[in-house]
Amino acid sequence: MARVTIAVIQFGGSNCDRDAVQALGSLGFDAELVWHEDGLPADVDGVVLPGGFSYGDYLRAGAMAARSPIMAEVREAASEGTPVLGICNGAQIGCESSLTPGAFTTNESARFQCEHVYLRVENADTPWTSQYEEGDVVELPIAHGEGRYEISDDRLDELEAEDRILFRYCDEDGTVSPEANPNGSKHSVAGVTGDAEHVAVMMPHPERATLSDLGRTDGRGVLTGFAD
Amino acid sequence: MTAFTATVTVRLKRGVLDPEAETTQRSLERLGFDLNDLRSADVFELDLDADSADDAAERAEEMAERLLANPTIHDYDIEVTEAE
Repeated sequence: MARVTIAVIQFGGSNCDRDAVQALGSLGFDAELVWHEDGLPADVDGVVLPGGFSYGDYLRAGAMAARSPIMAEVREAASEGTPVLGICNGAQIGCESSLTPGAFTTNESARFQCEHVYLRVENADTPWTSQYEEGDVVELPIAHGEGRYEISDDRLDELEAEDRILFRYCDEDGTVSPEANPNGSKHSVAGVTGDAEHVAVMMPHPERATLSDLGRTDGRGVLTGFAD
Repeated sequence: MTAFTATVTVRLKRGVLDPEAETTQRSLERLGFDLNDLRSADVFELDLDADSADDAAERAEEMAERLLANPTIHDYDIEVTEAE
């Protein structure tokens, strides 16, 4: 594989940034940490918005980071075709900055939830899911207090019609149900794409399920999307 | 220029689940209070100098649109008073 350089953007309060660098490195990517105030390097081939608690989740999770100047650069790079993946807090930042539709807000339980969940692959025809088959069930960890996907019914209908749902929460057998929905997300949505499929956000953590030393590696396929 | 206080109240849209409000309501009920519903909201008080109340409201609205509210899940209203 030709070296692909991926910027993992650190905001004040990011805490999955190094995990993302390690996971991407294990897949042969050239991942680098980029402090948000330093701006987006010109030569990057991809961007990860990592998990964490940027700005202490003040106001709303992701709200502050989404308005930091580097996000204008990320939006511009995304519009020019650079792949962008937002994970967990990065997903909240992605939605807050209009890279992706909808919003992630307080879990139905009103609690922080840290557990493994099953996800059904809804659309295997994106860079982030091309390593899977539609209907595959993958197991990834979640760790969030504000992961409930909210969007208007009309807009969600549009997203579903446009095949922009990447993953839905499900049980081990791939059945989507309220019981298998950990946070009350509308239609069990766990990840969506932006206007173009090379921009995506998801609440579960693929980078925490990539290194075989740590157990399952179901998340590798998502990060491999940067090679497409 | 006159000193104004613009009060921006940001609420979840009707129909959007508010787990924190539900938990708060349950807690009140455990304390023996009887109520039909409870809604929570965030209130921001912005002190600013402007030529008119309309001008102050316009600027507060822009702040609500750009940051204080998330249009996907929130409605907001703005009230402007002359600062004391």
